[in-house]
Amino acid sequence: MSLVLEVNKKQKGKDSWEEPFYLNMGPQHPSTHGVLRLFLELEGETIVNCDPIIGYLHRGIEKLAENLNYNQTIVLSDRLDYISSAANNVAFALAFEKLLRLEVPRRAKLIRTIVSEMARICSHLLWLATHALDIGAMTVFLYCFRDREWLLNIYERICGARLTHSYVRVGGVRRDFEPEVIEELYRFVEEFPKRITDYETLIDTNRIWLKRTKNIAVVSTEEAFNLGLTGPCLRGSGVSYDVRKFRPYDAYSEVEFEVPIGQNGDTYDRYRVRMIELRQSNWIIKQCLDRLSETEGEAVLAENSPDLLMPEKVREVSAQPHPKLGVMFKPKEKEIVPVGEAFASIESPKGELSVYVVSDGSSRPWRLRIRTPSFVHISAISHMTKGHMIADLVAIIGTLDIVLGDSDR
Amino acid sequence: MALYEELKTKFPEIVKEGFQEVDGEVVVCNREGFLDLITWLKQEKGFIHLIDLCGVDYLGYKPKTFEERFEVVYHVYNLDEKKLLRLKVRVPEEDPWQYSITSLWKEANWFERECFDMFGIVFKGHPDLRRVLMPEDWKGYPLRKDYPLFSEEEDWEPYKVLLEKYKRRG
Amino acid sequence: MEDLWSNLFWFLAGTVILLIVSLLHVAYLTYAERKIIARMQQRLGPNRVGPRGLLQPIADMLKLLTKEDIIPAQVDRPVFYIAPFISLVCAGTGIALVPLWENFVISNINVGLLFILALSSLSAYGVILSGWASNSRYAFLGGLRASAQVISYEIAMSLALLSVVLMAGSLNLGDIVRAQINSPFKVYLIPQLIGFFVFIVSAVAECNRTPFDLPEAETELVAGYFVEYSGMRFALFYLAEYFGMLVMSALAVTCFLGGWAGPFEVPYVPFFWFVVKVYALLFFYIWIRATLPRYRYDQLMDLGWKVLIPLGLINLFLTALIKLIF
Repeated sequence: MSLVLEVNKKQKGKDSWEEPFYLNMGPQHPSTHGVLRLFLELEGETIVNCDPIIGYLHRGIEKLAENLNYNQTIVLSDRLDYISSAANNVAFALAFEKLLRLEVPRRAKLIRTIVSEMARICSHLLWLATHALDIGAMTVFLYCFRDREWLLNIYERICGARLTHSYVRVGGVRRDFEPEVIEELYRFVEEFPKRITDYETLIDTNRIWLKRTKNIAVVSTEEAFNLGLTGPCLRGSGVSYDVRKFRPYDAYSEVEFEVPIGQNGDTYDRYRVRMIELRQSNWIIKQCLDRLSETEGEAVLAENSPDLLMPEKVREVSAQPHPKLGVMFKPKEKEIVPVGEAFASIESPKGELSVYVVSDGSSRPWRLRIRTPSFVHISAISHMTKGHMIADLVAIIGTLDIVLGDSDR
Repeated sequence: MALYEELKTKFPEIVKEGFQEVDGEVVVCNREGFLDLITWLKQEKGFIHLIDLCGVDYLGYKPKTFEERFEVVYHVYNLDEKKLLRLKVRVPEEDPWQYSITSLWKEANWFERECFDMFGIVFKGHPDLRRVLMPEDWKGYPLRKDYPLFSEEEDWEPYKVLLEKYKRRG
Repeated sequence: MEDLWSNLFWFLAGTVILLIVSLLHVAYLTYAERKIIARMQQRLGPNRVGPRGLLQPIADMLKLLTKEDIIPAQVDRPVFYIAPFISLVCAGTGIALVPLWENFVISNINVGLLFILALSSLSAYGVILSGWASNSRYAFLGGLRASAQVISYEIAMSLALLSVVLMAGSLNLGDIVRAQINSPFKVYLIPQLIGFFVFIVSAVAECNRTPFDLPEAETELVAGYFVEYSGMRFALFYLAEYFGMLVMSALAVTCFLGGWAGPFEVPYVPFFWFVVKVYALLFFYIWIRATLPRYRYDQLMDLGWKVLIPLGLINLFLTALIKLIF
């Protein structure tokens, strides 16, 4: 049983009393943001070695996706990064559209941009809340949740779900916005910048906050590429790499926004980058809302998009009934997808989320590979924490903004 | 296809074929000498961002038949030219291994661990090749096409050990 | 003989009343904290048990009393049992030495200030011992942090109080208040502003409150030193923490804010001003908790050794100098 990591005790001579202090942080711990387990080797409170262990939330989404048709995998994508599921939906849909050579109507593109930016705001709000709570500022947590609640309510109006939307479909979105939603979104867009200012007054120049975040986990530009950091973490290190600018998808090519970058690459810079991104996202939503009126009445789903409903089921497919599950009804195969492969990546709130899909011509993907930002960021923890203290480790987990559903898939 | 031509002239033995896909160029390489190629790409051509590294199993793939069963796919990105390049290395079933690129990107460490975890492809030169998502004592490689989707339910080995232990205690 | 008995009776009655009143204060301090922080965070706070949730502390206490007292295997049992009591007793006893109004104090001893300081240092033993006895690594780290915190903040606090002793010329808390009333500013807050600042910061650290709640830092060490405790023993640590807050506020009021004295006399309620000042300080504690993030272990030591202790020393020196000249 090799569940427990083998501990290599450093023998420093037989008479020595010195022996490293091992601490097993997680999988149940209030600030590991899920079921992350960190195996720490400590010297006092200073971290000598940190080994992140994941897989406690592994659901085999990549394997499952190989046995579902394209539309059904969208539902799985919700469960990746469950805080910003609309963005994941978009990533999957983009890859499949590339594969199917589908052209998405403009209105659908605008709506997708709006929901993915809403997802970004949701995700960043939750990040700010938990990051501040990890460092000890309790009040910010509840303020952020209050505003996130507002957005979740809007999501509920849009698609009926609050967390796992499955709103974006291959070839467009499920249904059009109602007029009330647009009004509510306008209200949100007007009000939200004031709220951001509120958070900033709470922690931006707080001496303790500065002490806890300045010069913590400094990542240089080369190091950031080396570790594979993407998203706000990479931009905090001074690289203006944003998939929305470099490979624009949906309506990002027609809206204006800035890509904020940091200078020092420390935790504070990453915090500032995300705070500016909140404002930028708000601005993007506003622009898209203005443009929505130009496309009034357009369809929101491409005409030749694959069936939204489950395909017809045929009975005789499984030769032998499964011992536990009985007769399996396999959906009828529709040979609609061309053979080939496609790669699509989006700027998800956490970083670069990319989907690589290989098709063999059947209605299911032959291989669906999801590159999630959290997976890479967790692997970076061990490099970033060396020489820091336990309290910083918590801040670093917060600043990387990881979600374990995202990393374990 | 400009990059493919350049690669072909620079590394004639390594580059096998190249074609254009919807999202960028695809270059298929030989396993031997792959490290030289990717090092050159990173250091000379500015492909500094490794987006993804993954394995694909082509067992029973209908449209085409490949000599080798597995494929390791790399996506690298050049920020200056905004260019995406997909590199493919075919890996035979009999000796599934590939050179590790952890010396170039620390990021590749976990990608390679995952690839090993899911396909059983061993990465030579990897500092710490363990399973990452599955438990360490898992048998089989889940993303291989011959790994069963449904099978007889059976208790996980460590769990059985635990059960035994507590039965004995009473 | 008659005199002795009646003295003893009044002493016992006073003790019991004070104990009950301060326990009630501690219980409702938790309620007040939850309500006030809820108000600051735009939520409701406890509002289910009784009108406006007023019976919440009692419900909590009943719940904790009836809960199973889990003793993990491999703990150091005697120490594990006794640690919460050490914490509570050391934190709570101090209230007996504080003069609540003119000539009312349970135990009027001449070294009252020293005694309180000694007790509050001892209460750290409860934390350290529980951290050690729990045989858990989180608890152990919490205990280590507590001991580091004690040695950095006890000194600063003692230095701040020493200046007060210099000004008053006595270690008796009643005498200190009387000396304050006779002083030109009526309170020591104004001449001892630096001392007051040092004292308040150290007092927050002493009670393990945010931003110095390192021994129990929830997001780092889960619950720190009492992570293995449950039921009533767990509650005792909480009681100790809030008792500590109460005693520290009372001490601050006595030494810096003029004790029972106020701008005008309130008839029939001799402790009015004392209680008002204590409540204001307690509110301050709660306010800090809702506002500030947590310090890091080494930054806290930095603050203690590089800022507070030098400040305390300078303040002491200045006080002595002024005392010498005038």
